[in-house]
Amino acid sequence: MTDRPMGEALRLENVHKSFGKIEVLKGIDLAVRQHEVVCLIGASGSGKSTMLRCINLLEPIDQGRVMIEGQEITASGVDVNRVRRRIGIVFQAFNLFPHMTVIRNITLAPTQAQKVSSAEAERRGVELLSRFGLADKASDYPDRLSGGQQQRVAIIRALAMKPDLMLLDEVTSALDPELVAEVLNVIRELAGSGMTMVIATHEMGFARDLADRVCFLDDGVILEEGRPEQIFSAPREQRTQQFLARIVAAGRL
Amino acid sequence: MLIALISTVVFFAVIWWIVVHSSGWPEVKQAFFNGKQFRESLPGIAKAFLVNVRLFLIAEVFILILALFIAVLRSLPGPVFFPIRALAIVYTDLFRGIPTILVIYTLGFGAPALQLQGVPTSPFFWAVVSLVLVYSAYVAEVYRAGIESVHPSQVAAARSLGLSRWQSMRFVILPQAIRRVIPPLLNDFIGLQKDTALVASIGVVEAFRQAQIDSAATFNFTPFLATALLFVAFTIPLARFTDWLILRDRRRRQTGAAL
Repeated sequence: MTDRPMGEALRLENVHKSFGKIEVLKGIDLAVRQHEVVCLIGASGSGKSTMLRCINLLEPIDQGRVMIEGQEITASGVDVNRVRRRIGIVFQAFNLFPHMTVIRNITLAPTQAQKVSSAEAERRGVELLSRFGLADKASDYPDRLSGGQQQRVAIIRALAMKPDLMLLDEVTSALDPELVAEVLNVIRELAGSGMTMVIATHEMGFARDLADRVCFLDDGVILEEGRPEQIFSAPREQRTQQFLARIVAAGRL
Repeated sequence: MLIALISTVVFFAVIWWIVVHSSGWPEVKQAFFNGKQFRESLPGIAKAFLVNVRLFLIAEVFILILALFIAVLRSLPGPVFFPIRALAIVYTDLFRGIPTILVIYTLGFGAPALQLQGVPTSPFFWAVVSLVLVYSAYVAEVYRAGIESVHPSQVAAARSLGLSRWQSMRFVILPQAIRRVIPPLLNDFIGLQKDTALVASIGVVEAFRQAQIDSAATFNFTPFLATALLFVAFTIPLARFTDWLILRDRRRRQTGAAL
């Protein structure tokens, strides 16, 4: 419990996860410091999303452990709801609640799970909406917003829980290209404010600009990790080189 | 549009002509469409119809609650809840399988015959119980279809925010599920409303029973026509009201977007 380095936000040790016979994660080890931004890159199916879902306990892991600020969250008897309130996750497909207005989407969890008063939750919700330029959308339903706006609302919804850690799962992959920038700007601002983040992304330019560290996932393991300039300009592993070559060929870097 | 109108008018005019010129028409008209009989029997049947309305309204409240309870039990995940799920399945299988009239007969005559202290003997009470038991089985399946139609990503989003399983069900799954199943729910309630006529068999004097009494007294079938009209007059506004509810919900969510 106390043998962690100071300022460690998240640690994964030998995490394994299988779906049926297919082993998606084959022993993931990762430590993330507080205020650090880690980008996960890798081909589809390499395990990025599964890894994030395991950290959030949306998927139970088969082996290994996950620790938040030194406390194991994958131990039995841990209050998963309490843990999840400390970890915000944003999904590729937004997953907003379509039957609720934007502000209600944002205040639902604080009022119900954290027992914050409605007035206080609403005040904080409006504050966050203004901060990300969505103040006028508070009483709209998600169907009426653009994809970029919906994703920004989804990020705000996660932030409203005041999480210690944010997990972003390819949050721009479902967006039209012209809407990607507005979402990336939000993430940039979050990084600037010191939020600890683990980001699965296909936006290599973004990863290079923003990440403190880039991890290349391949076939269920972190094959290579390092500073972005090292990974993108001088990758050591052959698989990393091949992956980046394909990205360059596709015009994505 | 005009052609459709003309063809419809012509079609029904021909049917009408054939019917009123058939050899048996005068007798049928006398037996089923007797204006005088209609006027005389309608007030009494309308009064008895209030019993149907009461049956329906009371049963509906309990059905909505009990069915939702069963549907939620049935969607509990994991092996721990298997016995509860199994019970819910047995319940729906049983009460969807048994003809409604058998349930009404068995409870309506059987339960009071037990002569247990504190067990009500009123046929009206057992009529409500029977309808609640049978229709809850149908409505539970409708709810369940609604619950299962909500995409798992909605659950993931709710749980990821730290909401408990029950909170996710209450605030995220059920509101979406119920909105989706309003049309089939209404369908079952029209069915329920019509099946209130079945309780005539255990001696509750409702509209159908009253019509039988009137008809037996006068050797005329017009009271049944009056009863039918009352049922239709009750269900049609209900159907339009549901249409309006659905439309309003969709408009509210999608103003500005293409429908």
